Amino acid sequence: MSEFLGASVPYIYLVSAVLFISGLKRLSRVRTARSGNNIAATAMLLAIVGTLLEINFASAAAAELDYRWIIGGVVVGGVIGAVAAVRVAMTQMPEMVALFNGFGGAASGLVAVSVVWQRLAAGQSTVTGFTDAVIISLSVLIGTHTVSGSLIAFLKLAGKLKRGAPILLPGRHVINALLALVILGLGIFFVATGDTVALLVLAAVSLVLGVLLVVPIGGADMPVVVSLLNSYSGLAACAAGFVIGNNVLIIAGSMVGAAGLILTRIMCVAMNRSLVNVLVGGFGANEGPGSGDDEYEGVTSCDAEEAAILLEGAENVVIVPGYGLAVAQAQHVVRELADLLHERGTKVTYAIHPVAGRMPGHMNVLLAEADVPYDQLIELTGANPEFRNTDVSIVIGANDVVNPAALSDEASPVYGMPILLVHESQTVFVVKRSLSPGYAGIKNKLFEADNTMMVFGDAKKIVQGLVSELKQL
Amino acid sequence: MIMGPLLIGLYVFVLAMFVGFEVIAKVPPTLHTPLMSGANAISGITIVGALAVATTAEPSVANILGAIAIAFATINVVGGFLVTDRMLRMFGKRR
Repeated sequence: MSEFLGASVPYIYLVSAVLFISGLKRLSRVRTARSGNNIAATAMLLAIVGTLLEINFASAAAAELDYRWIIGGVVVGGVIGAVAAVRVAMTQMPEMVALFNGFGGAASGLVAVSVVWQRLAAGQSTVTGFTDAVIISLSVLIGTHTVSGSLIAFLKLAGKLKRGAPILLPGRHVINALLALVILGLGIFFVATGDTVALLVLAAVSLVLGVLLVVPIGGADMPVVVSLLNSYSGLAACAAGFVIGNNVLIIAGSMVGAAGLILTRIMCVAMNRSLVNVLVGGFGANEGPGSGDDEYEGVTSCDAEEAAILLEGAENVVIVPGYGLAVAQAQHVVRELADLLHERGTKVTYAIHPVAGRMPGHMNVLLAEADVPYDQLIELTGANPEFRNTDVSIVIGANDVVNPAALSDEASPVYGMPILLVHESQTVFVVKRSLSPGYAGIKNKLFEADNTMMVFGDAKKIVQGLVSELKQL
Repeated sequence: MIMGPLLIGLYVFVLAMFVGFEVIAKVPPTLHTPLMSGANAISGITIVGALAVATTAEPSVANILGAIAIAFATINVVGGFLVTDRMLRMFGKRR
């Protein structure tokens, strides 16, 4: 029996790998997404069962097996993970994903370090050869990078670190380059000698570099950072797979690596910026001259009552949500407004910019939470031709993604970024706290346009006001 | 066969990256967050590596590190899949 179970392990791994691939495939189609997630979870369970069988029946150390550590780790981790997943509010999803990501990276790095210690304890050489040593250092490097990068991303997304603004250290590029050189040197030293202290110092320096690399990147570039860190966590798992020689780890890890890279690319294209440009950081932190003209002239503003009167007569209304909607948690009341307009025969759609919010697809998740029908959400390319036939556009907490400077002003940092053409609609309401600049730190000419009305205040309160005014009309 | 396990691993890695790109390339914007969070859960596969290093009874450094790695990876796996399902359930209830 035990021989049979031991021999079945490679086939269990194979089935698991196939399920991971088909799970991810289904996860990227709307109709099959939920079953895809379940299939991927099943694949994970199979991989774990396979590993337990392997250490029980197919490994040399079977005689001294003890499951206490394993059970302890699984119970502690499982409870923490489950409680966090059930409790987290949908508005906190970006930081939750970043945090989970960090834990994955940490685990991968720890596996590599742990393998080294296992060998040390058994009186063996810490590395078995050149490639083994290279893989171990890479595994520790990527793992630690993922941990500290994700933790900083988590703090930024949760608004706990300078409210997400870029933090620019003087000479940061020089510091980063030096740290990278130190890491390279330590890596070479570890490969040559197998010295464990070198590996630990490498881990520490890499943690610091991970912090320094994410700290200068501002909030609105977070969709790129979160996607890239997601990709890292996959590659970290891959590297751990090479260390312990497990193909399921390599396959699942590379799937995650690929998924993260695809999302990273989609986000960069949506901003018309290169990955390097995003990662250099400091975007919108007013490093250069020429971004200071924050004076606005001829801005018209109105209150909820006037806005409601205009909305009452509109036939076509487009709502453009941004990060401000998430901050104000206005998604439910926005849907209430849309329903109310809909009952009065007005056509309401939502135009979603790909990088609106703080993670890929952020607005879709928020609006889904508020039960907004899927077919009312229009993507950038579908939404833009419709704006000239739109009576009223309501911009809620979005700024740079509706800045016409992206079309016309070659000197603007957002020039060339695909935007939503709200300025083409008959009337634009911009619901915003103040005239303060958006993430890019530049003036938005939309606010001065003749057809734009600013409605100043908290998004949730304003929209609530619109709803109650409309009900009275 | 002239390939050692490492080289086979490298083949698997390169081919799996290609499969990954092909399989996910056309993901619609609605699924960006769930895909990211689902993939994130999958990256907890490193639990497989952690299990392999936490199996002896007497507390050793390797063992304790392994147990911590198991806990971290389990947070990633359990939390990741549950949160993804929560999101997808929201998407599903409107159809």
